[in-house]
Amino acid sequence: MRKILFKNFLRKPLTEPGPFSDDPEIAALAGRINFEATRRLGRGLAIREIDAGSCNGCELEIQALGNAFYDLERFGLRFVAAPRHADVLLVTGPVTKNMREALLRTYEATPSPKWVIAAGSCAIDGHCFSGSYACVGGVAEILPVDVEIPGCPPTPLGLLKGLLAVMTAARGTTA
Amino acid sequence: MPKLAELISKGSRVATHQPWPRVVVDEDLWLSSAALLAEGHATLLGLWGDVDAIHMALLDSTQRQIFVVTKPCPNGAFPSVGHVHPPAIRLERTVRDLFGLEPVDLPDERPWLDHGQWGLCHPLSRAAEPQKEAETYEFLTAEGESLHQIAVGPVHAGIIEPGHFRFTANGETVVRLEERLGYTHKGVEKLMAGATIDKAAELAGRISGDSTVAYAYAFARAVEAALAITIPPRAVWLRALMAELERLANHLGDIGAICNDAAFAIMHAQCGILREHVLRTARNCFSHRLMMDCIVPGGTRVDLPSSGFEEIRLLVRTINKAFPPLIELYDNTASLQDRTVGTGRARPALVQQYGCGGFIGRASARAFDARVQLAYPPYDAILFNYDVPVLAEGDVNARIWIRMREVLQSLALIEQFLARLPVQGAVRVAIKGPGRSGEGLALVEGFRGDVLAYVRLDRSGKIERCHLRDPSWFQWPVLEAAIENNIVADFPLCNKSFNCSYSGHDL
Repeated sequence: MRKILFKNFLRKPLTEPGPFSDDPEIAALAGRINFEATRRLGRGLAIREIDAGSCNGCELEIQALGNAFYDLERFGLRFVAAPRHADVLLVTGPVTKNMREALLRTYEATPSPKWVIAAGSCAIDGHCFSGSYACVGGVAEILPVDVEIPGCPPTPLGLLKGLLAVMTAARGTTA
Repeated sequence: MPKLAELISKGSRVATHQPWPRVVVDEDLWLSSAALLAEGHATLLGLWGDVDAIHMALLDSTQRQIFVVTKPCPNGAFPSVGHVHPPAIRLERTVRDLFGLEPVDLPDERPWLDHGQWGLCHPLSRAAEPQKEAETYEFLTAEGESLHQIAVGPVHAGIIEPGHFRFTANGETVVRLEERLGYTHKGVEKLMAGATIDKAAELAGRISGDSTVAYAYAFARAVEAALAITIPPRAVWLRALMAELERLANHLGDIGAICNDAAFAIMHAQCGILREHVLRTARNCFSHRLMMDCIVPGGTRVDLPSSGFEEIRLLVRTINKAFPPLIELYDNTASLQDRTVGTGRARPALVQQYGCGGFIGRASARAFDARVQLAYPPYDAILFNYDVPVLAEGDVNARIWIRMREVLQSLALIEQFLARLPVQGAVRVAIKGPGRSGEGLALVEGFRGDVLAYVRLDRSGKIERCHLRDPSWFQWPVLEAAIENNIVADFPLCNKSFNCSYSGHDL
């Protein structure tokens, strides 16, 4: 273990520069967020991820945000275990009817101000599952969605941009 | 002649079903098939409904031959297989939920995927009925002194899929775990019915995102079997290449994640780097990090660019260099093994009974790997010296070891594939669907285990019935048994070491 640690200490970090808030894409996303409260959230944003029936492809890419290349936490973004600790709900999947109630309850358990991000094509409009007897078809059908991150699944970089947009807007610099 | 083959010869064979025989049986033969399963002469590979019929796929005792038996159900009922062979119980509960067919004498009468939320009953039957009022789901009981229940999910603490776990514990010790799944049921089979092959392929690739290649692979092979299509040789090798890259990415990610659940973060960080390398290579070579929609009926949708060879070789070199020290790190960290050795033991007898596939089966002495026993191309041309890694301990440690060995094997396979890949040539043939109906079955080894695909096409070339069975169907129940007498705090470790799919199971 010492050898691995020592080697890593000597080599350059793998972490890549993130997309910055002057990225026009982020500014555009942030501009779309409608804030009822523009209070500053300090330096952090707590995210609660909810799988509302995804195929788990989105989860894989969201998990990748924590690896050495993307290192989500350097931006002050972190995933929390409970909705009660969350500022942002990051929702994936076409919202299956069997998950509808759980998603609603999670939203209700999240303190205001709170924002909802629909991540992935399914969460945006149900994607290839729309029209199914078992799916609601898109998070916006049951929750107010602030930001949409497209992709099937969205790439980690795409996810990062969307999350940074919320943070930028939450700090009141763009909104 | 093996007992199963003898039995099958008495049924009437369906000519259009390829490549393995499907026979229509009467009630007696259906019951005899169930008895063979119960006696361990065959393994259940799947059980699925149809309008007015029930199908069951069986693997015979040589593990090299598959049979499908079909029992017509004109009265909407069939004798329950779960009555004598428990691995069929959840499948039969599902058949009842979706088709309204009644498994007579089914030991567990509760619904499974139907949570009373769809607004209709039996969505895949000829005439779906309006939803009846949902009953309260009664969990199984445990009796004894000082027992308490812990309800977990469907929303979990981590970034994982939804499902409900009901623990009954005595202090820290788990007395009983019961799973309740179905939260991610998306109605895939209904969406597929009547869909074009292209649309169904898109859906097949989104049944379980981590196994998108395996599903697309199985679906494509089933369609090709149904229509007797031979795909170009280059595509044969490319598919297997993608399948091994997917296996590699998942094994690497999960080995790290299991160690992380034992608070050994360095392994997680290091394996995460290697996983990301695999995904980036996949993106550069096949334009998608998870290789979604890359395998299609008729071949592959994308070709490997000429720069891809060197890129994949570089990836193999990188992992070959970086991974062995990580194996050593695992092997030398006693505090980590203190958590994994002896934890979450899946008994070989149970694993055998359930026909538990993948690394879970192989960590509990069930030496089945569809790449070896069923040797579909190109594995038939390459795996002559391929040893299936098998251990008998069945604990978290054994499952990690199997996966570490499979990482090294996948790397070796990828190198062989690159060497054997035809340098040029088409990668896709057109599907001439319309005008010909047909049925096909395929079994493909995904990272998690064998994925079964059954496809029946109608004369217009559209999907009449498609059923995809995730390996998790036969793994989830074993997890319930494996956690018994472990402490609650070890559940994440056990669960991650199984890593069953929720979405693949719920469909």
